[in-house]
Amino acid sequence: MEKNISLTLKVWRQNGPKEKGRFETYKLETVSTGSSFLEMMDILNEQLVNEGNEPVAFDHDCREGICGMCSLYINGRPHGPDDDVTTCQLHMRKFKDGETITIEPWRSAGFPVIKDLIVNRNAFDSIIAAGGYTSVSTGGVPDANALPIPKPDADEAMDAASCIGCGACVATCKNGSAMLFVSAKVSHLALLPQGRVEASMRAKNMVAKMDELGFGNCTNTGACEVECPKGVSISNIARLNREFLVAKFKD
Amino acid sequence: MINLDSKIPQGPVAEKWSNYKAGQKLVNPANKRKLDIIVVGTGLAGASAAASFGEMGFNVKNFTIQDSPRRAHSIAAQGGINAAKNYPNDGDSVHRLFYDTVKGGDYRAREANVHRLAEVSNDIIDQCVAQGVPFAREYGGLLDNRSFGGAQVSRTFYAKGQTGQQLLIGAYQALMRQVNAGTVDLYTRTEIVDIVMVDGKARGVIARDLVTGEFQRHFGHAVVLATGGYGNTFFLSTNAMGSNGSAAIKAYQKGAAFANPCFAQIHPTCIPVHGEFQSKLTLMSESLRNDGRIWVPKKKEDAEAIRAGKLKPTQIKEDDRDYYLERRYPAFGNLVPRDVASRAAKERCDAGFGVGATGLAVYLDFKASIERLGEDAIRARYGNLFQMYEKIVDDNPYDTPMMIYPAIHYTMGGIWVDYELQTTVPGLFAAGEANFSDHGANRLGASALMQGLADGYFVLPYTIQNYLADDISMPRMTGDEKEFVDAEKEAKDKFEKLLAIKGNRSVDSIHKELGLVMWDFVGMARNKEGLEQAIEKIADIKKEFYSNVRIPGSEEGMNVELEKASRLADFIQIGDLMARDALNREESCGGHFREEFQTEEGEALRQDDKFAYSACWEYQGEDKAPVMHKEELTFEVVKVAQRNYK
Amino acid sequence: MSTIFGSSIGRKLLMSLSGLFLVTFLIVHLSINLLLLIPDGGQMFNVAANFMAMPLIKFGLQPVLALGFIVHIIYAAVLTAQNNKARGSAKYASGNNTTDVMWASKNMFVLGLTVLAFLLVHLIDYWVPLQITHGAASITIDGVEMHNAYALVNAAFADLWRVALYVVGSLGLTIHLTHGFWSAFQTLGLSNNIWRKRWSVIGIAFAWIVGLAFSMIAILQYVLFQ
Repeated sequence: MEKNISLTLKVWRQNGPKEKGRFETYKLETVSTGSSFLEMMDILNEQLVNEGNEPVAFDHDCREGICGMCSLYINGRPHGPDDDVTTCQLHMRKFKDGETITIEPWRSAGFPVIKDLIVNRNAFDSIIAAGGYTSVSTGGVPDANALPIPKPDADEAMDAASCIGCGACVATCKNGSAMLFVSAKVSHLALLPQGRVEASMRAKNMVAKMDELGFGNCTNTGACEVECPKGVSISNIARLNREFLVAKFKD
Repeated sequence: MINLDSKIPQGPVAEKWSNYKAGQKLVNPANKRKLDIIVVGTGLAGASAAASFGEMGFNVKNFTIQDSPRRAHSIAAQGGINAAKNYPNDGDSVHRLFYDTVKGGDYRAREANVHRLAEVSNDIIDQCVAQGVPFAREYGGLLDNRSFGGAQVSRTFYAKGQTGQQLLIGAYQALMRQVNAGTVDLYTRTEIVDIVMVDGKARGVIARDLVTGEFQRHFGHAVVLATGGYGNTFFLSTNAMGSNGSAAIKAYQKGAAFANPCFAQIHPTCIPVHGEFQSKLTLMSESLRNDGRIWVPKKKEDAEAIRAGKLKPTQIKEDDRDYYLERRYPAFGNLVPRDVASRAAKERCDAGFGVGATGLAVYLDFKASIERLGEDAIRARYGNLFQMYEKIVDDNPYDTPMMIYPAIHYTMGGIWVDYELQTTVPGLFAAGEANFSDHGANRLGASALMQGLADGYFVLPYTIQNYLADDISMPRMTGDEKEFVDAEKEAKDKFEKLLAIKGNRSVDSIHKELGLVMWDFVGMARNKEGLEQAIEKIADIKKEFYSNVRIPGSEEGMNVELEKASRLADFIQIGDLMARDALNREESCGGHFREEFQTEEGEALRQDDKFAYSACWEYQGEDKAPVMHKEELTFEVVKVAQRNYK
Repeated sequence: MSTIFGSSIGRKLLMSLSGLFLVTFLIVHLSINLLLLIPDGGQMFNVAANFMAMPLIKFGLQPVLALGFIVHIIYAAVLTAQNNKARGSAKYASGNNTTDVMWASKNMFVLGLTVLAFLLVHLIDYWVPLQITHGAASITIDGVEMHNAYALVNAAFADLWRVALYVVGSLGLTIHLTHGFWSAFQTLGLSNNIWRKRWSVIGIAFAWIVGLAFSMIAILQYVLFQ
């Protein structure tokens, strides 16, 4: 059942991209365990505004776990102490009365901090722009049922495509690697006949962009997969490796 | 005086779109390069339009308030997208999809637009498959369909419970391809704060960089608003926290008519409100109604015992359950349209049969389906939704029924557009949920995705050329013209004014107050007295906002409270418009239910002789009542009748 | 082709291939070392060791082996440096509480360093006296004069501390392999949901067989053959 708990929050505050950040400690007296984590942040911000202070800036939007906007590294884990959730789906029943919660932004050279807990994830867009699509313009395409696709392939593509681009994989990776993100897109499209056509070029271009943007090298620790709110599998990374190596050796 | 010429092409309804395309003006490739189009928003409509314009050779500037186009709230659509493919061979056709949509909209949409929507619906599916959207498939490798509310055929294509996500990612990928090709300039974390008018035409926007707080001037030969709906006027809705109606309000203030603002859709299957700090309501896909049965206890004492926590739903015997949708609407049962299902839930709860701690919830039960199909089959269909529910509510829907309650979800009303999706401001277009066009007074499930993509992929790329063809000799402006400078100053002043208030209340606290007024008086059931009260209360809230809001921080750098305050100022205006429109429309239709106008059985009662029109509101200035103009609706094909889902 | 080894996956390919090559070397090495357990006074072992000193192997294969080590070590250093840079200068104050991640996978570089230290001790103990300075004693078996490698090994394992060192080194190698083995196949792309589990099981089994076998040889030498 729902009850109220009190919390101590250690929150990373940073005024701007180039400024030095620090932790601030805040106390919250009554937080319902039925609240979501971000609702708890709302309560904190309401308290801060009422005290005349600047509220904590944090990214969030849909609050139902699909837009990928929310981030937050909570008590040593991206998206906090629950599995298969985004921060907005994390609920306060996962915390104990009197607990101290440390809240940090995603940290990785690829994701510089903009303000407080907000980081810049534009690198992911740049990687998609490098090749994460089928080169098909609007109109003039064949009928949707012209090409049958085996259900297992379609399902596996769907699983890879369920990536929400939140960046938890990079945030948790000891190498700051974006391989899970890149491999999810490469797999999604490589598994479908429509995407197969450009699969080699896509793998090469996306990996090149990922490297250029300074993400690290994957060492197959699998932490990304554990923290991925959508359970995207590192089998996709094996597929990306395969696609990339075959493409390179063909050249 | 605004011009409400809907520019519906000649000919029978089924040939209008072909006729239009055959006769419209085009822009040749060399000239396309000389023309700039501004697209605001990167959801299904915005991203698909921007990508398509880029592919055609126009120069596109695309804006989003999010950090990436992929965050747009289209991503949260769960259930599916309709198309008249008739793959299941169950009697579907373009005509039937058109007819169902007009009927589902309670006969308050423009026939010609809806027919075009049905016509291009099939192209959308083809396009998405070509982009690599992983729609659900059958073992034979062909596409699978499911059924949705308001239809007796299975025409809904889906990708698990994440159809919106997959369609948006398809459009996003197409957009990023154009960004890479250099035809689209993408501006992320950038908000449109005004529309620039030059010689009576929309020629650009003033944007604010949300990271630095800097203002920017952008020129475009045409401006497309694809900024979604204004459901967040209610504070609590299924919309994303950032969803807002500000761009629509800016357009309205520049002379674009705002049509049918009171048509807001209340979605029947949302997770009920749990407490005062709730920030948003979570939708449970309509697709759940395919296999879930909605009920409340038959006996009041059972309902009371459940509310007190003394009884569990699983302990209620089959005979003591009231499957009220199946009882009232045997033909459509649990798959009645959303407005009907929402009102029926409210009726039961108001009568004292509601469940949950607050009594504002009904059950959505999967027991029968699990017994019939097995838990694995249900898990395959809805696994992610069940998991989402369990994470939020801490109940396992495989064992105990879900609790649901209606919540604000989608706004059918929006910026008035003609057949070309052009607003009453020349050069200003509106697409997707931001416009009012296709859903009448109620949108059917899985039609929002269809409309957003139809507008962006298959309508605007044609119709915008008809406008731009006259603009090919119009040189680009630099942004240093007087109109741009003035617009920027005006926008800056508005922000400074907000910062200068330095009152005592947070933006959210005022927004919540507005939301409560909206829900209580302009929500699921409305009446004259309540609406009149609402208009007064909203005026008070406006006063309170402009005298007592507290925005910490400054204009420089990122200031989230400032962003929220500027949007709330616009929500207050929309709230007022909604209440006025609801007051004016003395009938019940679709999502708009006036208690004074209902049948003996409590069904919505339209007044076709008086209100078969779209109410288009024209801005008259700050603190002046807007003026309403009518676009009369004529139905040449559809037989207007009392909707009957029994 | 030009840029393959300039890419992250290309660099990892080198780690993978060199790692797997070193695994095959381990198998050969272990096979020969198992001869130490035959109670023939080291005759078989000496013959095998002498075989490994043949010019073709010494000048043909040893440089390849050395190259394998060098590539593996250099690229480990390069990748680790790059990864540290990619991680960024700011560290998480709340540490890392992600569960279900194999400890070895996060400490491959450190584990590699222990293996490297072990390797250096090894080279000084055996390779230098047997193949460079030829300071080791000689023995004649079946009319062929050769170094008495067995005596060298046997003498070394007379010291308990050296036995302990070898056991520790072998276990470091084991843990390195528990992640390295499957990881090599993952990097080659020869993995999926099914094979991932198989490679993991095979890799862990292989790692422990190799590690325990090397350890047992050292221990049994100390217990039985002194």
